Amino acid sequence: MKTHIEVREGGLSASEPDLWLRDQGRSGAVVMFSGQVRDEQGKVEALHLEHYPGMTESVLGTIVEQACSRWHLNGAWVAHRVGTIQAGEDIVQVAVSSAHRQAAFEACAFIMDLLKTRAPFWKKELIDGCWIWVEARESDDQAAASWLQDATGRAPR
Amino acid sequence: MVQVRFFAALRERAGRDAIQIDLPEGVSTVAQLVDWLAETDVALAQALEATPRRMVAINEVLGNEDSVVEAGDVVALFPPVTGG
Repeated sequence: MKTHIEVREGGLSASEPDLWLRDQGRSGAVVMFSGQVRDEQGKVEALHLEHYPGMTESVLGTIVEQACSRWHLNGAWVAHRVGTIQAGEDIVQVAVSSAHRQAAFEACAFIMDLLKTRAPFWKKELIDGCWIWVEARESDDQAAASWLQDATGRAPR
Repeated sequence: MVQVRFFAALRERAGRDAIQIDLPEGVSTVAQLVDWLAETDVALAQALEATPRRMVAINEVLGNEDSVVEAGDVVALFPPVTGG
């Protein structure tokens, strides 16, 4: 099992996790999620991301460890941008590799759902020349909680 | 000493990113620390009131308002996270 956790100011490229997860046939499945900056019908020009250096990496590491204890993964890549990000650009990448697709699909969704509600990032949107803080969504809390509710009754796979 | 850090909207509203305090007598939880901050600092009281939904981390680990605070701790207060 290999892991890559990174917070960076620069751009993300989809080929990076793809190449990094290649393992000469050990994994039969790679699932990658990339989150991109929506322009909300042309309203949002850019986002600005702030984080809590140190804690961010440690929370992401804990989330990946939890995923590894629930699913048999061969690799997990999490990269998140901070700073100013233009509409249409990638803001986050979560990619996992596993022998079979189900574990990879579920682990990728799990990592992303927990990242949204646990990792200390905060975003502002640039709308009409003003930076406005984005409010957290209750639906994100529910998504994370739904994974944790069944944590005890479910065997890792 | 306890370091209290603020992030995002709460940091902007507080007008500072961190303060150092001697752990006041009678303060042993996050909730008590927040109450004490609001009682002793008008600007912080306003910033906290304007940010009613908050998360907390003690020494970079997520906690809650009942989490224990001890001398030497770094307590971070912030609005709900919005990454991803």
